[in-house]
Amino acid sequence: MVDALTPSAWLLAFEQALLYPALAPLLVGWVRKVRARLQNRRGASVLQPYRELRKLLFKEARVAHSASPLFRAAPSVVFVATWLAAATVPLLTIDLPIAVVADIIVLAGLLALARVFLALAGMDVGTAFGGMGASREMMIAALAEPAMLMAVFTLAMTAHSTNLGSVIAQHLGDAFILRPSYLFAFAGLTLVALAETGRIPVDNPTTHLELTMVHESMVLEYSGRHLALMEWAAQIKLLLYGVLVANIFFPWGIATDPALLSLAIGLGAILLKLAVLGAALAVAETVLAKMRLFRVPAFLNLALLLALLGLLSHVILEVGA
Amino acid sequence: MRIEIALSIAGLAVALALGSAAVSLLAARFPKVVRFVAMPLTGLCGVTAILAGLSALSSGGVATATLPLGLPWLPWHLRIDALAGFFLLLIGLVTSAIGLYGPAYVRGLEQGRDSLVALGGFTGLFLAGMLLVVLADDAFLFMIAWEVMSLASYFLVAFQHDQAANRRAAFLYLLMAHIGGLSILLGFGVLASFGDGFSFASMRAAELSSIWASLTFGLVFLGFGMKAGLVPLHAWLPEAHPAAPSYISALMSGVMLKVAVYGFIRVVFDLIGDVQWTWGMAVLAIGSLSAFTGALFALMQTDLKRLLAYSSVENLGIVFIALGLALIFIGTGHRQPGAIAFVAALYHALNHALFKGLLFLGAGSILHSTHERDLEQMGGLLRRMPWTGLFFLIGCLSIAALPPFNGFVSEWLTFQAALQAWQLESGVMRSLIPIATAVLALTGALVAATFVKVYGIAFLGQARSRHVRRARPGPWGIRAGQGLLAVLCVLLGLFPTLVIGLIDAVPRQLLGLGLPEAGSRGWLWLVPDAFEAASYSAPLVTLLLIAIAVVVVWGLHQVGVRRVRRCDAWDCGFAPPTSRMQYTATAFAQPVRRVFALLFRVEEGQVARDGGGMRHQIKIGDRSWDRLYLPLAALVDGAARRVVRLQSGNVRVYLGSTLATLLVLLWIVSA
Repeated sequence: MVDALTPSAWLLAFEQALLYPALAPLLVGWVRKVRARLQNRRGASVLQPYRELRKLLFKEARVAHSASPLFRAAPSVVFVATWLAAATVPLLTIDLPIAVVADIIVLAGLLALARVFLALAGMDVGTAFGGMGASREMMIAALAEPAMLMAVFTLAMTAHSTNLGSVIAQHLGDAFILRPSYLFAFAGLTLVALAETGRIPVDNPTTHLELTMVHESMVLEYSGRHLALMEWAAQIKLLLYGVLVANIFFPWGIATDPALLSLAIGLGAILLKLAVLGAALAVAETVLAKMRLFRVPAFLNLALLLALLGLLSHVILEVGA
Repeated sequence: MRIEIALSIAGLAVALALGSAAVSLLAARFPKVVRFVAMPLTGLCGVTAILAGLSALSSGGVATATLPLGLPWLPWHLRIDALAGFFLLLIGLVTSAIGLYGPAYVRGLEQGRDSLVALGGFTGLFLAGMLLVVLADDAFLFMIAWEVMSLASYFLVAFQHDQAANRRAAFLYLLMAHIGGLSILLGFGVLASFGDGFSFASMRAAELSSIWASLTFGLVFLGFGMKAGLVPLHAWLPEAHPAAPSYISALMSGVMLKVAVYGFIRVVFDLIGDVQWTWGMAVLAIGSLSAFTGALFALMQTDLKRLLAYSSVENLGIVFIALGLALIFIGTGHRQPGAIAFVAALYHALNHALFKGLLFLGAGSILHSTHERDLEQMGGLLRRMPWTGLFFLIGCLSIAALPPFNGFVSEWLTFQAALQAWQLESGVMRSLIPIATAVLALTGALVAATFVKVYGIAFLGQARSRHVRRARPGPWGIRAGQGLLAVLCVLLGLFPTLVIGLIDAVPRQLLGLGLPEAGSRGWLWLVPDAFEAASYSAPLVTLLLIAIAVVVVWGLHQVGVRRVRRCDAWDCGFAPPTSRMQYTATAFAQPVRRVFALLFRVEEGQVARDGGGMRHQIKIGDRSWDRLYLPLAALVDGAARRVVRLQSGNVRVYLGSTLATLLVLLWIVSA
């Protein structure tokens, strides 16, 4: 783990980091496609999100007269912070120097940084929708963040490390035993992931102009490449949570050495896992209805309780054993 | 040799503070003396305190001195060591910024009716009191300095005493400061009776049984906790801090609360000596309660300075969570994680001094430019006061514990310490620490919401009132004071390993071990325990963030249309939004208020206006008032009424009761 601070390891980390923005639209396209099929529609191509990003990037950006410099800086901050957060999550291999630079707590911190700038940008122009979205986003985050940290702390305490690479390595090294703490943490983290990425029971990424929306109302004033960055960041965040859930709880297939073959296996494994997770997400979004805003706290309390149960069952049942 | 010099420099700092107080006496005749002499002396006092602190920390030794002052058989003792040096540094940093900030701020008061003699004089005394508390080496001088600090700050809270609310706040502050002071005095009394003397050296040598030690701990925790504003003893804090002038608020909130932390550390970790883990549980519980309640109430406030005061309750809660963890770990014999938690507490205390100082100075400069404290009237200040806007943003990001700013480092360390809970033997403790961690995480997220609200409402959007629309940036001194603290916030976030290398002297001297691994990988990496387990590289995170940002911005300039066109806000095609259509601070906090409705006392309703219209009114109250303070006040009131019966006005009854008292005393003495 520690000796991974070599130039080749950094190169690998760099390539892996590039995979995140490259793959993120594909995951979104895949979820949309599956959902369309489940709803008896044919749906757009899985490549459609790429086309949308391209279209936005080539359009002129418009900025309100009342916007401050923060409005124009925010998309870059949000995108960069989300991307860096994603880059710390092992995608193909666990031998990553970046995991030593930033651990799980930093990952949560970077996501919080992105969220704060997203909410500030929403309030910047001074419209009612922006403030509404920012207020709701911060309320959801206030309840989701402890749940997320509790879930990852369960794993960190098991591995005695907050380094994501070590956590996954520890889980890989274990014989296959069903730890109750992992089960609870998995459930908690999944619920958090739904809330944090703005998926259906909490927020609806495809609606516009509804009073129920959260993410959309914060980015309502954006256009052109600013909007492209915001949307892209949201897609990367979805991928980040997908990889986090997939690789922490189902780490099989991830490369433990930098050989080309094992990296290829790692890529295949993660694509397979993400395809399954994406399909599950599509099914959930088809079956579930969006909740009222004030049902969300109950949903997130459930996540927090599950994560806390996971942590407690770890410290009580598993530490001494 | 060097540590003796540090003590002399610290003495010089006290002298400068007293000098600034003395000079201010001339302000009745020459009002400008505060601006041109007293405030620069204050700044100089800050710089000397920094120098004293730095040399004490870097030498790591101990120096003592006996003053030819005090009572004949009880001269005053001074002592400087790493712990005192750290707090001198903390006081000095904020004081220096105030030395820059103060003159321009005081200028606005020169025309007013408020007495500059009182302002300048008590500021100097206040500073001298705080410096002496840190330097005192016997309970006698400690209590005198403590009272000087409390009384001087009382007069500063009561500075603008023509407002009834300020007088009330000052009285409440005085009352609670004295209950706290009494409790500390009793704690010292127990230690002195076992240690055979009032000097700290003899208290350190005292052997206390565990019950007496616990009693002393309880007394000093009550006393220092009251000063630090821990829930449920925090009620004076949100009243007193907003009442004082803004840079005094910065001193009270950023520094004076830390002096209480200093006192707690000095007595519990140094004087009592053998800590017990049960104390840690109490501190952890109270700290968690304070952190959560403070964060929640801060989010509900619409008065900017009151909001910042509640946020101090929350931050001191975090400091005490870390101290509680340190007590638990040390009390159960796990010294290494204890040292991590201890360093986390110190780091957070320092960070809070910097960013809370910065935010209060920012609130002061808004007040200076707009005469407005109410968030609901602000808006769009970023374009009118760009520098204050930038510095305030840094303060908000720091206090919200976002990487790569300084607040994140101390929160990261606290989490790292809490994650060592698996080492503990007792299952109860192992399961309570994670719950405290969950509270800490929830607090962090609430704080982020609070400061998004503050920044979004005050600095972004459109101005909500005419005087805010006309705001102008403050004079350069006001901006420089904030700039200094903002730069420090960034530096402490970027180079945590260097800072920890410096403050490591404190746990090494006090606990006997520091964080040997902290800088084991060079200044680039911060390693609390082992490199395999956890590490954080703030410089690299920042570097990566900047590098990626440069690449992204450059890449965007290569593709597509570069032009950005200005237009009206879209707002879903409604008419151009006016400032009345923006979300307000109350509206922003409404979802959280609804989620945690049970914890507030909310009075919501319609009030008829004079003009025939209706007005929606909402009042959010603190439940500790009607649950704790009002019953207590009623109890005291009732007891006082009973005592009144003694005052019959009849001399014979008084003489009779005197005789009875003497007889009882005689019986006790002879028995």
